[in-house]
Amino acid sequence: MLEGKFPEGPLESKWERHKFDMSLVAPANRRKHSVIVVGTGLAGASAASTLGELGYNVKAFTILDSPRRSHSIAAQGGINAAKNYKNDGDSVYRLFYDTIKGGDYRSREANVHRLAEVSVDIIDQCAAQGVPFAREYGGTLSNRSFGGAQVSRTFYARGQTGQQLLLGAYGSLMRQVDRGQVELLTRREMLDLVLVDGAARGIITRDLVTGAIERHAADTVLLCTGGYGNIYFLSTNAGNSNVTAAWRCARRGAYMANPCYVQIHPTCIPQSDEFQSKLTLMSESLRNDGRVWVPKTAGDERSPQQIPEDERDYFLERKYPSFGNLVPRDVASRNAKSVCDEGRGVGSTGRAVYLDFSDAIDRLGANVIAERYGNLFQMYERISGDDVYVEKAMRIYPAVHYVMGGLWVDYNLMSNIPGLHVLGEANFSDHGANRLGASALMQGLADGYFIAPYTVPHYLANAKLEPVGTDHPAFEEAEKSVRERVDALLAVDGSKTVLEFHRDLGKIMWNKVGMSRNEQGLKEALSELRALRDEFWRDVKVAGEAADLNKNLEHALRVADYFEFGELLIRDALDRAESCGGHFREESQTEEGEAKRKDDIYAYVAAWEYKGTDQEPELHKEPLTFDFVEVKQRSYK
Amino acid sequence: METMTLKLRVWRQPSTATDGELVEYTASNVSPDMSFLELLDVVNDGLIKKGEDPVAFDSDCREGICGSCGMVISGVAHGPKSATTACQLFMRHFNDGDTVTVEPWRANAFPVVKDLVVDRSAFDRIQAAGGYVSVDAGGAVDANEMLIPKGDADAAMDAAACIGCGACVASCKNASASLFVGAKVTQLSLMPQGQPERDRRVLSMVEQMEAEGFGPCSNEGECEAVCPKEISVSHIQTLHREYIRASLRRITST
Repeated sequence: MLEGKFPEGPLESKWERHKFDMSLVAPANRRKHSVIVVGTGLAGASAASTLGELGYNVKAFTILDSPRRSHSIAAQGGINAAKNYKNDGDSVYRLFYDTIKGGDYRSREANVHRLAEVSVDIIDQCAAQGVPFAREYGGTLSNRSFGGAQVSRTFYARGQTGQQLLLGAYGSLMRQVDRGQVELLTRREMLDLVLVDGAARGIITRDLVTGAIERHAADTVLLCTGGYGNIYFLSTNAGNSNVTAAWRCARRGAYMANPCYVQIHPTCIPQSDEFQSKLTLMSESLRNDGRVWVPKTAGDERSPQQIPEDERDYFLERKYPSFGNLVPRDVASRNAKSVCDEGRGVGSTGRAVYLDFSDAIDRLGANVIAERYGNLFQMYERISGDDVYVEKAMRIYPAVHYVMGGLWVDYNLMSNIPGLHVLGEANFSDHGANRLGASALMQGLADGYFIAPYTVPHYLANAKLEPVGTDHPAFEEAEKSVRERVDALLAVDGSKTVLEFHRDLGKIMWNKVGMSRNEQGLKEALSELRALRDEFWRDVKVAGEAADLNKNLEHALRVADYFEFGELLIRDALDRAESCGGHFREESQTEEGEAKRKDDIYAYVAAWEYKGTDQEPELHKEPLTFDFVEVKQRSYK
Repeated sequence: METMTLKLRVWRQPSTATDGELVEYTASNVSPDMSFLELLDVVNDGLIKKGEDPVAFDSDCREGICGSCGMVISGVAHGPKSATTACQLFMRHFNDGDTVTVEPWRANAFPVVKDLVVDRSAFDRIQAAGGYVSVDAGGAVDANEMLIPKGDADAAMDAAACIGCGACVASCKNASASLFVGAKVTQLSLMPQGQPERDRRVLSMVEQMEAEGFGPCSNEGECEAVCPKEISVSHIQTLHREYIRASLRRITST
């Protein structure tokens, strides 16, 4: 039985107590320890800078040309914190409760409570860094309500909250680089994890400019490499976001937890053609003032303003009167899909619904709406070519946005491999089966600023590590396996490009492992994926050479890993024959078509152990117990 | 849907040390709903199938916020549409039969790595020289203890919107980084958090900017014209003012 290793005691004092119980490393001894941080998004940059501030020797790696570009930068809406500045009934306990409920009772109470506790410190830290949060005229911080919350606890910096928080963390990171406490290695991709005596002691990277394969040793490795949403090809993730670093750890024995928990975001700009390389999210703050609808009659091709009020179906308001357009992301997404499946979708592809601002413009005036959403309307106009001020409505459709699944970690954010810590979206820990809006930034920074800086030293203080150099045979073996994989991909020299394979993989995943899943479809997806994987290794054509800047080779290595990881994702979705959060199994729904959990069978974290290609992975279950909240079926009626 | 055919002239350069040249490609069946980078994706897939090396270019978020992409498109950094990064430039702004020239950022401080990929690490080094508030995690006061007038916060946000893409440098005849540096200096000088290091910051960042080989500002305003985030050239005035202020304060305090 897998255990999260939570501290004993009342919920409110677990973290406080644990902080006291953990071992410390004295200031003079910290410089004797080396830490590798892979990834420089919110989790990675905040962890690397904070561990640097504490005096550890840190090496930080990014696949991009600068840490400032990591995909955390694209988060628009905001960051939650239980500050209760609005005096509207918020509290640490309420943020905890909302997160547990929003995650559909598939996350850990102890972790989530800790997240809610440190949320308040994050805002203080970011404000101190000079993050230009939105302010009221009196000079205090401004808040808004966001994505399914009934209190205003979301802090924001215009529509660019992720950018501003990341630039704050990046500034702190560069300060440590300037002090020589952090060594920054850009354009490096982690291609393997090195284990010595069962503990994580280093990584193998590829220099993306020269193609050189390099070895890096350390006392511990922090993986902060984000999520795997790009397995769907079309997602709101950045092009370089990938599963490779995490999957390479899984191949070395780290358990992958709940990979089937994928969040589909309801307010994205619909796909226009087959060449499309990504989907663009528009902040769901739009749902605060926009009303979602489709025509009542299938095949109604009139423009939105020509369709009279009584011929519109505001389906979210109709089905969920108390939450209306602000139901959680999974509920909003699934309902959009189902009205489109009924043939009532709009736009050239019929895969879109309207998000209408007429009422809000009438009520508040175009100026207020422009101030709130001007940048989003501009973004929409730029991509779709349509002017929201004229149409008074935009077309939206759900897209893959975030993954709740990831590498399994215990309460200390350490995987089952000693010394391998996993932070941010790359771990599975806090969001259960569905993440609430404005909680990703919170978790990434909680892990990096306030949790890992306590738990990583605890590990270092107790681990009794022998010095290990990069000449150790384990490094040699790992480097050799990386080289072989690179050479094998280049040697195929087939006829189909990596992009074509990735697109085909994405179609399988989206159609059969997307918003709505069933046993038959999942089994078909599994065999289709395997067939495509075989074809990939038989017929892929990778351009260029190994010892060069070769973006096609980078892409090929990542897609090859998606094929292996995808199988696990589908198996997890098959194993979990219940609906919960972002995972909707058609076999498990209520009479009204709502998601139905089966707590007596599936109240566990599914942690999968890789056993080799074409071998059955082994499922380890971590039971989820709820000692403090009452488990209910979610209702947003 | 009507498609277009375009002639592309793309800068190809195998590495920093080798010479480059413009190479012509024909892109057919171009959909108006494609972004400029998706057009390059399609061209590259064609090249790969022919066994040729695809055009290397940086790109990540493809929604105009990460600042990875950047190329000079027909003589203009990020192309003909204002306030738009290359990834957000859609082909509906081009016409069938157009010839489009695509080049990397050109500046001594941004050496070409390969084709359209340049090395912008000089920006990181300028940031490392002082583009931050020195505050360790854990030492902050309650965020509402520091009141900041809304106008100041909004103005700081205007400056902070910079995505660090380098278009300002690429469009400047002196390859000056003044807009980039000015934006960061303005953001932090407007906020109380930035006051303790206000002098040191501007002096170090400017010193690093000069050491990296960026040229001086000669008030052409090209940087603002191409900036995808419409960062105002007035931040360069602020930079100059802050620099003079800090220099004088240093003289008078010694």
